Amino acid sequence: MKQLKSIGLWVSLLAVAALGIGPIANHSASLRETIYIIMQVIVLAASLNILLGFTGYVSFGHIVFFGLGGYVGLYLINAQDWPLWSAALAGGLASGLLAFLLGKAILRLRGAYFALATIGINEAVRAFTNNFDPFGGPIGMTLNFKVYNSYGGAANALWMAYYAVFAIALLAVVLNFVVKNSKFGLGLMAIREDEGAAEVMGVITPNAKTWAFVLSAILPGIVGTLFFFKNGHIEPGDAFRLDYSIEMLVIVMLGGQGSVLGPILGAAGYEGLRNYLLTSPLFKNIQLSVAGALLLVIVLFIPAGAVGWLRRRVPIFGKVLA
Amino acid sequence: MTVLLSVQGLTKQFGGLQALTQITFDLPQGQILGLIGPNGAGKTTLFNVINGVYHPEVGRIIFRDKDVTGMKSYDLAHMGMARTHQIVRPLNELTVRENVMVGACFGRENHNLGKAAGIADEVLGFVGLDSRADQMAGSLNVAQKKRLEMARALAAHPYLLLLDEVLAGLNPSEIDGMVQTVRKIREQGITIIMIEHLMKAMMNVSDRIIVLDYGEQIADGTPHEIANNPRVIEAYLGDSSLANQLLEEE
Ligand SMILES: Nc1ncnc2c1ncn2[C@@H]1O[C@H](COP(=O)(O)OP(=O)(O)O)[C@@H](O)[C@H]1O
Ligand SMILES: [Mg+2]
Repeated sequence: MKQLKSIGLWVSLLAVAALGIGPIANHSASLRETIYIIMQVIVLAASLNILLGFTGYVSFGHIVFFGLGGYVGLYLINAQDWPLWSAALAGGLASGLLAFLLGKAILRLRGAYFALATIGINEAVRAFTNNFDPFGGPIGMTLNFKVYNSYGGAANALWMAYYAVFAIALLAVVLNFVVKNSKFGLGLMAIREDEGAAEVMGVITPNAKTWAFVLSAILPGIVGTLFFFKNGHIEPGDAFRLDYSIEMLVIVMLGGQGSVLGPILGAAGYEGLRNYLLTSPLFKNIQLSVAGALLLVIVLFIPAGAVGWLRRRVPIFGKVLA
Repeated sequence: MTVLLSVQGLTKQFGGLQALTQITFDLPQGQILGLIGPNGAGKTTLFNVINGVYHPEVGRIIFRDKDVTGMKSYDLAHMGMARTHQIVRPLNELTVRENVMVGACFGRENHNLGKAAGIADEVLGFVGLDSRADQMAGSLNVAQKKRLEMARALAAHPYLLLLDEVLAGLNPSEIDGMVQTVRKIREQGITIIMIEHLMKAMMNVSDRIIVLDYGEQIADGTPHEIANNPRVIEAYLGDSSLANQLLEEE
């Protein structure tokens, strides 16, 4: 059983590695940009999976942690001359701190009320950045181009950001696996299945949920800094896009919530679809409608997502797919 | 004899409904206390108040010499209280073993996963679910889910076990098996409060019985005293089959 479980981890890591190696092998900058986004989406989806898949709480506003991390990180790089790595870490910690402070309050809400509260928080933080002068208000912040020089120029900096997001995607997969197979994770899954029963059995639900929320916020904050460092600019409209938040949900559900491989399959599948839709003139402007329709189909027909479907169809996968 | 649980004047209301009125008793360690009463009498509510799911308006609960009134159910679980639910609450998408591991991991003894898996297998053997360990809990039938409730509670190695109608819906041979199981649990030194409708089983297994009716504690005594108490017989007159069962005992 133990060995089979870790096979699932290796399958997941190999899948991410196989995706990530492409641009490095080809020295292709355009492929790198495509895969960068997939890696980032894997990080966001795997993080959301801790809350949605393991704990059973639907967060519609999860992108707030990506945006806040981006803002904090870029501010530290730009205004405080912090190196990228410490700034990204600080971005992650800032997001984790926000989750910690909000957790006890909003994780008391259940179902749709929690989901609505997360949207509210995203909008509130967006409004805050819009009015917060150190963050540039509505104009946002533009990275001082000289910053790239300390990383061997812009071209080099982009590759570096890519290696970083690749590594963090692998880390996100490991984190999912470790949480899922830990005592902490068992408590989260008990909460997902029946919060009242979990409490009666001794799970300290307010703490468990808060830590799940914090864990689901840190990596999005880190990749937020990385992305806006690479992007060179951040503004409220780009940092807190509710449509990305909803896409994250679709991706986790498409791949299979609560599984380790799910967010990877979901990210690769959805981004593949998105790239197709963007190049197809017919669908170009309705990609979000497609995401909505997809969500409906998943909820109605394959609630366990691709991984759940594979497990049911091919029994050996039931044991192997983590 | 040391008192494990002392319930002092508990009163609980739901809106205008007086669900419990002034419930008072001491439960010595090692006893099996039977809790009976017609449907809606407040038995399950008393469990919910004792284990912190609801908090009483009036009254105190002393557990292991500590005032636990108003404490959360997870705090009480850590102190050694465990329960089953009348309407079963399996963690459907977890395996039977994982369900039981939750009890072992987060209950009184706070075990790590490895130790909890060992305890789970032991307890599943004890309640006769060992062959189902790797199955999803949602796929069990009702009788098995009742056993799972019991296994989860036992895996915490509690001092006090609250059993809410674990015999309901079981066939006669299953009932005999479950009664044996309850006896064995008591032999391990676990104190038990048991809610049940089946008088015969209750009379057999309880050291003492408390009768609730409309939230009031109308009788408290040995099974023999209860069976001869006119107030109890009166309370059950609305439910003639229960009254008959009760009278049959004598
Ligand atoms: N959460 C609740 N809210 C409102 N009324 C409740 C609640 N729980 C129980 N009751 C009411 O309290 C009374 C006692 O119920 P219960 O304790 O379940 O009875 P028993 O277990 O003895 O059959 C019933 O009238 C029931 O409808
Ligand atoms: Mg009841």
